[in-house]
Amino acid sequence: MRALEVLSTGPQALVQDLGRPGHAASGVGRSGAADRAALWLGNRLVANPEGAAGIEIVLGGFAVRAAALLTVALTGAAAPATVDGRPVGHHAVILLRRGQELRLGTPPAGLRTYLAVRGGIEVPPVLGSRSTDVLSGIGPAPLAKGDELPVGPEPEAFPLVDVAPVAPPPAGAVTLRVVAGPRDEHAADPRGLAGVAWTASSRTDRVGMRLEGGTLAVPDGAGSLPSEGIGRGAVQLPPGGAPVVFLADHPVTGGYPVIAVVLDADTDRAAQVRPGQPVRFRYVGGVS
Amino acid sequence: MITPTLLPYGDAGLLLEVADTAEVVVLADACRAADLPGVLDVVPAARTVLLVLVPGTDLGSVRRAVAGLEVRTGPAGAAPAGSVEIPVVYDGEDIAEVARLTGLSEPEVVAAHTGRPWRVAFGGFAPGFAYLTGGDPRLAVARRAEARTSVPAGSVGLAGEFSGVYPRSSPGGWQLIGRTDAVLWDLARDPPALLTPGAEVRFVVEGR
Repeated sequence: MRALEVLSTGPQALVQDLGRPGHAASGVGRSGAADRAALWLGNRLVANPEGAAGIEIVLGGFAVRAAALLTVALTGAAAPATVDGRPVGHHAVILLRRGQELRLGTPPAGLRTYLAVRGGIEVPPVLGSRSTDVLSGIGPAPLAKGDELPVGPEPEAFPLVDVAPVAPPPAGAVTLRVVAGPRDEHAADPRGLAGVAWTASSRTDRVGMRLEGGTLAVPDGAGSLPSEGIGRGAVQLPPGGAPVVFLADHPVTGGYPVIAVVLDADTDRAAQVRPGQPVRFRYVGGVS
Repeated sequence: MITPTLLPYGDAGLLLEVADTAEVVVLADACRAADLPGVLDVVPAARTVLLVLVPGTDLGSVRRAVAGLEVRTGPAGAAPAGSVEIPVVYDGEDIAEVARLTGLSEPEVVAAHTGRPWRVAFGGFAPGFAYLTGGDPRLAVARRAEARTSVPAGSVGLAGEFSGVYPRSSPGGWQLIGRTDAVLWDLARDPPALLTPGAEVRFVVEGR
């Protein structure tokens, strides 16, 4: 049987694909891989369709045993990895023979490592997606030791490259590009995000990255709105003045003003920022 | 004719702002029906509709397509998309407070809540939760000063211009006026949400 047996999970391991867009009006968010680019890369390395489900692993500590010959790849945060004790590469195609164990240490930088498996993780989809949404509780349960994860049949396409020359997430300051608005007038300084050396707080998860290191002044009479739709990358300014960058499992609507929105591609990089890591914002325009 | 104001929302979104929730319901319907280029999701809310776009979609083409929508509200707004009846036992913990805040008696609160149909305006908060609008304006009350840490599933509440039913036990700050056995969210059902966008909702007194 094509399957992976979970031997340990580390702090959090979840099944993720590209999510379930289209259900916001029923209160269900898109969810999906927090770093979609990393999942895409992993799926490309093992020649999966781009929507195949993989495993999103926070800060390593994860181990699986192959129940059959499987082709896998690790992307995202470069957790040191071994197969039966022998080091294997990152961003590279890895063969797991039946009974072999893949183990991940703690990545030196970045937050989330992705394990793509040729054939995809084939747990039952919910509303068209195998993603776990930690905010709404929709989707498969977080992985636990002893779980048997079914793997789908091999796709027709074959892996074309052995290694992808992609840089892993950085350890230093991460600069996120933002577009001002839609509610930048709710901050006293509409472009104030760029003026603070922020730090990702320890209260950072798949829902959002909370920032500390400063506050943005909220003028009298501003700070609250009738509920508005929230998108991935929205930078919300609660009344306390400490912004939140919403990530994959963001709420569908919210009542605090969104003063800027992170460019879509940069939300993947935001999802690799560790608690305590410096974050800066740079305003870009011209996307009107 | 509804002419939304277009507000920026990053490089993969566009926020459309209109005058009120009734216009949101009509505009969101029109956006879903219009097959706009690159739209992944249409997110209605109180005064706005957020278009979530496929990354790389040309925002100018979406702006032009939205500007070209001819969205009209009839005398009664859009026709409802289905109708749902929800039986309620009106014994909520806050019904006396709602009576005090509105100046109505408790039976008058019940009569107002059941007296005219509500409409599903938008979702959020939890899967299957629907913000219902268009009810008796006398029932507009502020949220509780302090949210409860746990509100039971099926609780029927009021907040601002909205009414709603908690799909599952969760924290909540709405004023609770009653409870229902109706199942708001069931993944084994298609669609899982009992209250879908645009649907008409009639609350009735349980057992009558």
